[in-house]
Amino acid sequence: MLSIKDLKASVEGKQILNGLNLEVKPGEVHAIMGPNGSGKSTLASVLAGREEYEVEGGAVNFLGNDLLEMSPEDRARAGMFLAFQYPVEIPGVSNANFLKTAVNEVRKSRGLAAYDSKEFLQIMKEKMKLVEMDKAMTQRSVNEGFSGGEKKRNEIFQMAMLEPTLAILDETDSGLDIDALRIVSNGVNALRDGNRSFIVITHYQRLLDYIVPDFVHVLYKGRIVKSGTKDLALELEEKGYDWIKEEVAVGA
Amino acid sequence: MSTLTKYQTANTAFVQEAEVFADLYGKTQPALTAIRKQAMAAFTKRGIPTMKHEEWKYVNLSSIAQTEYRTASPADSQKVSKSDVEQYRFAGKDAILCVIENGKLNVAVSSMSNVPKGVGIGGIDDFSSDAAVMNHLFTHASYEEEAMVALNTMLCYSPIIIKVDAKVKCDTVIQLVFATVPGVDPLLIPARVLVIAGDESEFTVVESFHTHGSGALTFTNSVSEVVVGKAARVHYTKVQVEADEAQHINYHKVNMARDSYQHLTTLTLGGAIVRNNLNIRLDDEQVNAYLNGLYVLNGKQVIDNHTLVDHAMPNCYSNELYKGIIGDQAQGVFNGKIWVREDAQKTNAYQSNKNLLLSNQASMNTKPQLEIYADDVKCSHGATTGQLDDEALFYLRARGIGETVARSLLNHAFAADVIEQVENETLRESLMQLLDVKLSALQIEA
Repeated sequence: MLSIKDLKASVEGKQILNGLNLEVKPGEVHAIMGPNGSGKSTLASVLAGREEYEVEGGAVNFLGNDLLEMSPEDRARAGMFLAFQYPVEIPGVSNANFLKTAVNEVRKSRGLAAYDSKEFLQIMKEKMKLVEMDKAMTQRSVNEGFSGGEKKRNEIFQMAMLEPTLAILDETDSGLDIDALRIVSNGVNALRDGNRSFIVITHYQRLLDYIVPDFVHVLYKGRIVKSGTKDLALELEEKGYDWIKEEVAVGA
Repeated sequence: MSTLTKYQTANTAFVQEAEVFADLYGKTQPALTAIRKQAMAAFTKRGIPTMKHEEWKYVNLSSIAQTEYRTASPADSQKVSKSDVEQYRFAGKDAILCVIENGKLNVAVSSMSNVPKGVGIGGIDDFSSDAAVMNHLFTHASYEEEAMVALNTMLCYSPIIIKVDAKVKCDTVIQLVFATVPGVDPLLIPARVLVIAGDESEFTVVESFHTHGSGALTFTNSVSEVVVGKAARVHYTKVQVEADEAQHINYHKVNMARDSYQHLTTLTLGGAIVRNNLNIRLDDEQVNAYLNGLYVLNGKQVIDNHTLVDHAMPNCYSNELYKGIIGDQAQGVFNGKIWVREDAQKTNAYQSNKNLLLSNQASMNTKPQLEIYADDVKCSHGATTGQLDDEALFYLRARGIGETVARSLLNHAFAADVIEQVENETLRESLMQLLDVKLSALQIEA
């Protein structure tokens, strides 16, 4: 589904990704961990198509398409979803109107008819349950005045509405209390259907207690330096990242 | 001929026309003869303002001076049909529609059969025996100080008058449709409105300016005078959707009596050069005045909003919100003055001007001016000019919304809150539609 080969990327002239490789197959959940500044969020940004990130080399194939040639909207329409680390507030655009526009634009790109208001409301009602969202939140402006937890729930709600093929969660657990973490994780787990894939970027092992990954990768200095199963996450939790850094230093 | 000479030539031509008009129509309106003479003297003294004038430094009127305008006469009217004007209805089929064609009320194509009891709408002839009306007519907007008011005062022979009696609550919206019908020659159209809101009355007025058909250039020079009685509530909307080449200068003077309320929205979408001058005087205590404005510009449009909120008495509240979206090579100007006079203690006066520039060549000049002579007041102002939020744009695109739709969604969100405050729902929806049509026409530069 997603194949990243030797990806190199920089921002503001500083190279952050230094030859990253990753293969994600349908239905798999990959966790990406790593110390601060290792390139985790850069990877999410490059995959979503942020313009300020410069791709210096490598290739990314998503469902048979050259991802790096696609606009952000085309990536989303092809089935990629990024849950933002810092969801953006958009005053004056209601959550419901925003999502209706997004869902119908995605449907249009796939040659499907737009949902009318009634159909859309019905679908929205179902998906709201997944993240325990109330109706008032859909009427408010996108993320405006939302608490940290509400913003993250709203990201997962959007994911549920857009039904992506691949979802990238960029530090979705940051700033969440234990209840919000549970709600968000339940929402994600409900969307695991054996075909949909996830890349879960996180700093903490805690999230992986809730969203259990198939693979755990350690990103360091812009490359994946170690891969394993969920046990690797536990080991990192216990021992920190220093031993990884030492291994890399010895290897180099 | 130098530009300056062209100004002089135009000024002289307008005064000559005023003299001819005084002979032709003046005899039927003797009460106004003295005022017109004073206006002619004032215009002769001042003439069309040049850019050397501090209040006109961003708006070049030389194109008005250089166009050989002749003033529209009754012969330039009666060209639109009743079905033509239906498209200009903004407040539903039940609204009162008064069609003012090239400055003159055309009753035949208007819908005025539903004017309720206690509301009078008509021309000078309908009110010539009403001393209260005649005493207000041509007296509030200052022709002594403003050359373009003087121009209107000396050339306008067909003002339209709306009078709402005390305690009358009129739910039917009164829409004044100003149909600018271009002719073979460039036309100056003097339009004039007097609105008298009786004590404790409440009603909604819409002034809308449209270009009907095509032809030579047009220059609409309009003056509105609104007298708001004690505890009266007036909802007023001014809509400018004239053609891209239209020139338009209007003055809007409001006098507000004790305990009165007014909500005034100015929506400017059309025209090549548009200048909106608003002068709101809070004449007594416990007055609430809301002034909202929205302008969306593209091409080479120049739109200038000059507002004055004049707090003359204590314990009043005013709130002003102006927003603009400026694309292409268009130029916006906002000059908002709040004047708190010495007696106006406990004044609350707020002003905000926010602008979005959509292209590198678009420009905005904004100048908030607070003049405060009282010492116990709360006043604030703020002005911002920026571009669309790139983060918000990316967020929308990352959800599959194409760039063009995403931009128009954000532009709409920026502008909509001005229109959302319009009370009448049908009117509000019509204004939203006008906004969206204009937004979709904006050239988007990446």
